[in-house]
Amino acid sequence: MEISKLLMIAVSAIFVNNFVFSRFLGICPYLGVSKKWDSAMGMGIAVIFVMTLASFITWIIQKYLLDRFGISDILQTITFILTIAALVQLVEMFLKKSAPELYKALGIYLPLITTNCAILGATLLNIKNDYNLIESVFFGFSGGVGFTIALLMMASIRERLEYAKVPPAFRGTAIGLILASLMALAFGGFSGLIGE
Amino acid sequence: MNVFKIIKNGILDENPTFRIVLGMCPTLAVTSSAGNAIGMGLAATFVLVMSNVIISLIKNVIPSKIRIPAYIVVIATFVTIVQFVMAGFVPELYKTLGIFIPLIVVNCIIMGRAEAFACKNNVGASFFDGIGMGIGFTLALILIGGVREILGANKFFGFLVFPEAYKPMLFFVLAPGGFFTMGVLLGIFNAMSLKKKKEG
Repeated sequence: MEISKLLMIAVSAIFVNNFVFSRFLGICPYLGVSKKWDSAMGMGIAVIFVMTLASFITWIIQKYLLDRFGISDILQTITFILTIAALVQLVEMFLKKSAPELYKALGIYLPLITTNCAILGATLLNIKNDYNLIESVFFGFSGGVGFTIALLMMASIRERLEYAKVPPAFRGTAIGLILASLMALAFGGFSGLIGE
Repeated sequence: MNVFKIIKNGILDENPTFRIVLGMCPTLAVTSSAGNAIGMGLAATFVLVMSNVIISLIKNVIPSKIRIPAYIVVIATFVTIVQFVMAGFVPELYKTLGIFIPLIVVNCIIMGRAEAFACKNNVGASFFDGIGMGIGFTLALILIGGVREILGANKFFGFLVFPEAYKPMLFFVLAPGGFFTMGVLLGIFNAMSLKKKKEG
């Protein structure tokens, strides 16, 4: 278990292969909840939290249930999405009881995470890349951080965009996509930072 | 039940990609070429039609509190079928599309139609709604994929478009080009509907 490998996974997931800019995962929430800094922050934290937990649990399910009984081909997709849905529900109930402040801050973003394809994507990539448990959890966590960074960047630009003169046809999602394109171009500069 | 109207609604009035702006992840990720776009579009159409039919059949049996997990199970089942069929018959395409095949499960279009249409309408209407939405989604994907492939690789469905002297703009087949193409096309569609509104 080398630290350098973990570090490489982190740099790769946050910068080089950012979930939003290079893997195209989680675009819907990325465009949907990036209008205000506060809601973007809430969504980002919720995603980091659930993604880390989901990576941990789905890895265990994959290794000790699906692989063991040889049913990974048939049941992987169904099991993973149900696990994530149940996990989100559990986290919701837990937070409601023990941390009502945080629960209120996350609000509707928590249930929305079930259909965030970045979460399911991260858990599937963990298995595809043959990560071990620690690497998986680390990948989930840094993937969430990368997503949050992208979301916060977008939110802070969009808050200023309120005062800009955007052509009426491009208001809303269209200009958001063009902004994302420019940011993805900037993030393209990170490629080559590490070899695959 | 007006079949033609339901199908037209999916293709034009409520086009999932350009009007409702749902399911952006596969839209951007697999449209680096028109061929990939068709593969993804057909896979999603199949899942959409089948899940619409099944959900409208069992809508009275599902308690409303657990309907979302129930929908997810139905959708995930058909996604698994698609995975097997594609891995068997078009292994090349299956490899290119990668994790975006299993990710059809969380495609908001399918969930959205289940919640907004299939659970309120009968089987026939849900079937045609699935067909219309699926065609609308596929056509949108082909449009984006075509633009990106022609500009970025100087090809359309793998055939050369301009003479070889034309140097393609690699930008369009890379990730930033996907966002850019989608943004500009969305702007054009918005402009067209704004103009229609002004005239009407």
